[in-house]
Amino acid sequence: MPLNIEKIRADIPILKEENAGKPLVYLDSANTTQKPQSVIQATHDYYTRYNANVHRSVYQLAEKATLLYENARDKVKDFIHAKNRNEIVFVKGTTEGINLVAHCLGRATFQPGDEILISQMEHHSNIVPWQIVCQQTGAVLKVVPITDEGELDMVAYASMLNDKTRLVSIIHASNALGTINPVEEIIQLAHAKNIPVLLDGAQSIAHTSIDVQALDCDFFIFSSHKMYGPTGVGVLYGKSQYLESFPPYQGGGDMIKQVSFEKTTYADLPYRFEAGTQNIAGVVGLGAALDYLNDIGMENIHHHEQALLHYATERFRQVEGLRIIGTAKHKVAVISFVMEGVHPHDIGTILDSCGVAVRVGHHCAMPLMERFKLPATVRASFGLYNIQAEVDILIASLAKVRDWFGHV
Amino acid sequence: MSDLTELYQALIIDHGRHPRNFCVSDHANCVLEGFNPLCGDRLTLYVTEKNNVIEGITFKGEGCAISMASASMMTEALSGKTVAEAQEIFKLFHEMVTEDSDKDFEALLGKLSALSGVTKYPARVKCATLSWHTLVAALAHSDKPVSTE
Ligand SMILES: Cc1ncc(COP(=O)(O)O)c(C=O)c1O
Repeated sequence: MPLNIEKIRADIPILKEENAGKPLVYLDSANTTQKPQSVIQATHDYYTRYNANVHRSVYQLAEKATLLYENARDKVKDFIHAKNRNEIVFVKGTTEGINLVAHCLGRATFQPGDEILISQMEHHSNIVPWQIVCQQTGAVLKVVPITDEGELDMVAYASMLNDKTRLVSIIHASNALGTINPVEEIIQLAHAKNIPVLLDGAQSIAHTSIDVQALDCDFFIFSSHKMYGPTGVGVLYGKSQYLESFPPYQGGGDMIKQVSFEKTTYADLPYRFEAGTQNIAGVVGLGAALDYLNDIGMENIHHHEQALLHYATERFRQVEGLRIIGTAKHKVAVISFVMEGVHPHDIGTILDSCGVAVRVGHHCAMPLMERFKLPATVRASFGLYNIQAEVDILIASLAKVRDWFGHV
Repeated sequence: MSDLTELYQALIIDHGRHPRNFCVSDHANCVLEGFNPLCGDRLTLYVTEKNNVIEGITFKGEGCAISMASASMMTEALSGKTVAEAQEIFKLFHEMVTEDSDKDFEALLGKLSALSGVTKYPARVKCATLSWHTLVAALAHSDKPVSTE
């Protein structure tokens, strides 16, 4: 079903704002998405009507707050088709989720010579935590190469899985290239050797429907702020067999059963990993974002964004001296590009003056930039609220870049 | 003039596309790299300094029009200056690109004042000052690459 795009655009208050005195053309949703009024309202309502600490009090207000918080957990469970609500852990974001697994699985159990497999297109948040684990344990980081199109080299991947591999940690969709990795095959190959797989779902969660049971991934991690929810909240999904075996991550309130100075016993899943007062308003806002996405339908969102991606890709191809970086067959609606003779930063500044917000730089993927021998790219990324007319404004603004910097 | 017109003056575009003194120098005695991790700008400065006088500066590297133009114009402006004079010029330059000052920078800094439009773009200040920070460190005979982060 096509999206009711006018209604959607009316739902997002910030789209009425200006950027540099022009109507805002927001093409940076891979960085963070804008928020529908219902999400803003849900956090507002939480603070105006329900605020109390969760899991800690007998009065009814706190019961309501706890219910809202736990309802959001059920919504997440349903959204990603997890088996059990205790497999849903609220964290700060993707970064913290990956660090949690790095700490509790990597640091706690990896031995010298063990291998951790990542890819050349990872975000820094799926590189650095593993480098720290390697320093602490003597494990070794192995990197699966990618092709010039920006696709994972699956032959290399298969050959790199071996008896020493303890974990495959892979980006589901690339923030810098848009590539959607063949995660079904990645997981099957790893599981054939009993190797668990972590998926960094930061860039896939808002763009396609996710079924962690069908995928059979062992960990799936994402951020609320990239799926129309508030900042400061993320989700770690982990199969309970793994989470049960994990040592605690942070110690404190709420993550315990019983504390004495001699011995402390830890709370059951998922609370064991939610030490201290959580971002309750953020979690409630995330719940509202899930309602919003469910109302529109992930299939419909996927079709809308894919149509936009194809339209934009065709338009980009006609721009003189422009080269798209990342031409994988399966992509989310992300287009990275460079223009001959003009640095991405200058392009960013000119687009800004036209009201167009894009990201320029290395996109927290410096090894990937190195792979393409580029210091930086310009990245336009689309969300469910973007329209073809905005692509047209972007293309017209690129002509302005040529006016300033000359033709190739 | 619009902010953009002020930022991308013809002189900047010209220096950005055709940077002057853009080569390795074998006889330089202060050589240092500078990075701007956020943007990926990187350059190497080759400074020939004798008895506290800058005899020449060349550079190599890649970056946006602002960082290339700033480096290129710096190599021209500081050639023949004493180290103390260069530091004084940097101070003024820094003030020009970061502060809302009503000094007559055209009179004080000549051609370099073409970069004054940067003040309106806080995100671009690092681009404009990368080569200058690198120069100051090179003159102090630092061997640690400069990073603007
Ligand atoms: C693929 C990917 N992984 C991880 C992250 C980190 O997410 P966060 O900053 O929300 O922790 C991002 C966001 O920039 C991302 O795009």
